[in-house]
Amino acid sequence: MVRSLAFAVSAAVLTLSAGAAAAQDAIKIGVTQPLTGAFAASGNYVTEGARLAEAAINASGGVLGRKIQLVIEDNKSNPTEAVATAEKLIAKDKVPVMMGAWSSTLTLAVMPKLMEYKVPMLVETSSSGKITVSGNPYIFRISPTSEMEAKAFAGYVKPLGIKKADFLATNNDFGLGASKEFSEMLKANGATVGVMETMDPKATDFSAQLAKIKASGGDTLFVTTAVEQVTLILKQAKEQQVSARIITTGGSVSPDQLIEQAGPAADGSRHVVFFTPWFPDAVKNPDVAKKFVDAWNAKKLPAGGLTEGFRGWDGIHTIVEGIKAAGKAEPEAIQKALWGVKVRGVNGDVAFIKQGPAGQESAQNVPSVYLVRVDGGKVVKN
Amino acid sequence: MDQFLQHVLNAVMLGGTYALLGIGLTLIFGIMRVVNFTHGELYAFGAYMMYAFVMLAGANFFVALPLAILLGALLGAGIELLLLRRLRGADIDTTMLVMIGAWIALQNGEQLAWTGVAKSISNPFPAAPLVIGPVSVAWNRVFVFIFAVLLIATTYFLIQKTKLGKAMRATFQDRDTAALMGVQIGHIHTVTFALGSALAAAAGALLGPVFVAYPTMGDLAAAKAFAIVILGGLGSIPGATLGGFILAMAEELGAGYVSSGYRDAMSFLLIIVILLFRPTGMFAQKERIG
Repeated sequence: MVRSLAFAVSAAVLTLSAGAAAAQDAIKIGVTQPLTGAFAASGNYVTEGARLAEAAINASGGVLGRKIQLVIEDNKSNPTEAVATAEKLIAKDKVPVMMGAWSSTLTLAVMPKLMEYKVPMLVETSSSGKITVSGNPYIFRISPTSEMEAKAFAGYVKPLGIKKADFLATNNDFGLGASKEFSEMLKANGATVGVMETMDPKATDFSAQLAKIKASGGDTLFVTTAVEQVTLILKQAKEQQVSARIITTGGSVSPDQLIEQAGPAADGSRHVVFFTPWFPDAVKNPDVAKKFVDAWNAKKLPAGGLTEGFRGWDGIHTIVEGIKAAGKAEPEAIQKALWGVKVRGVNGDVAFIKQGPAGQESAQNVPSVYLVRVDGGKVVKN
Repeated sequence: MDQFLQHVLNAVMLGGTYALLGIGLTLIFGIMRVVNFTHGELYAFGAYMMYAFVMLAGANFFVALPLAILLGALLGAGIELLLLRRLRGADIDTTMLVMIGAWIALQNGEQLAWTGVAKSISNPFPAAPLVIGPVSVAWNRVFVFIFAVLLIATTYFLIQKTKLGKAMRATFQDRDTAALMGVQIGHIHTVTFALGSALAAAAGALLGPVFVAYPTMGDLAAAKAFAIVILGGLGSIPGATLGGFILAMAEELGAGYVSSGYRDAMSFLLIIVILLFRPTGMFAQKERIG
């Protein structure tokens, strides 16, 4: 009885350690995303995109002869939690490279940890200009800054006939930065700025802000916040009969999700996006986009998540190219190698330029920016 | 002037549900002297039950609503029977700890069941708003207001005019004498907790379709409920009702004219100001607990 028990226990221990040994061979990549909280919808899409990239890369042999393994942590849309996840990923899981943290506020919170531990992080979504000009050489951003977005939008001001615009933004680095950049761009292009309203990222009632915006009388309303809040804003704007045309910025507002959840309230709204799955001909690298979309649909993920999920896909692919160029899974080597990386991504071609104070530059990509419109429950070109 | 009217109208619409939350908590806090940390979770539970019935089971909105409230009452009764009954003689700290534990367990249960992504609940009301002159209000909010007022009236009738209500008030005034008079104290406690929880669930079930349902939605609702109860005075239903409307008004006007980004802070600022001048709240019947 005791002998067979001892045999069973040792067999179990051997199997477990064999499994652990095999897993140790994989290269770990840390991922910190908001899977719960105010930004949960987008954080989950990005994570799904990252998982698809992991599967695709492992299916074609991994990198440096080893598989990659994503270690995914939930930062709960909260800066304190974001720092905790970064600490856990770097100090406990010993990941040589990370991707995160979605919201600009969360990324900014994590940045000091990167400097402390000298581990590079790929920024896939955050758009605050502060991130790449703070003198942190461990930041590699593939998403556009709010400034780039605003400049790309400048060409639409006259054709759309924007004379006076109001702003409604979430009260964090992302929202405030975008309002600032877009308002400056508008002033430089002959339009005037009305009121600039803000709200808490967790707020669900915008009646007060919308009443003020309605009273301001602008012809356009720029909304910068997460997709959950945009759904509510569209519905409440319709309820309060706000007549201004609504344009969302940031690229994370999935038009498909808005159509599904806001219904007719979404008609007429325009959105800045960084991937147009509805118009494959307009995409820079159609073959890469097709591979991503096919993988997404094969896993039966919601179509509304494509415009956000590609960030995770492009992010992991860029990291893996960095690991390949570095030749080893060490943070310092990866950080040096990422500078020279060139990737054909879903958004376009990824390549890094220097941004920030000399000697302490961060890396920034110059991605493609598109504007689409919702009309009659469908997404059309602007 | 139009903007002001719109703000007032929005506040009145919201005030009804805040009053529901407040009344529910004042019944539990005032009568049972239990610091009910699970109140916010019952609010979230009501909203998620609406999601489950309307979006997943495809039930009729007006059938789902009373069902969600009933389930809220049952959950409340369950919490009372399983947790609070055993703590009958315990001191307030132990009760608080147990309720905090229940709060954490319930919230994470919601997260496990529904994931962290916010859920939208469709309602059968027309999307175009009701326009009254220069102001407009969505039909679903009008319904929420009417239903909330009906519930408040029903609760008031229950407490003031029925035998059960009399027993509840007697227990609240003097528990021991009420027991000597033949009132089943345990029974009353369970019913009171269930009623308070049902009102919280009702508030959630009504507001869920207006906004969205997400796991941590109960936290802010609970904080506001406590603020309303303290503002209105412990154990006072008229106080809680008035407190709910005052809070909504402070939020709307504060957000509209002072600072929209700090909407939720406005109400708490108001509480601080009022407590400075009337520490026991507006219509206090009991002074302090513990």
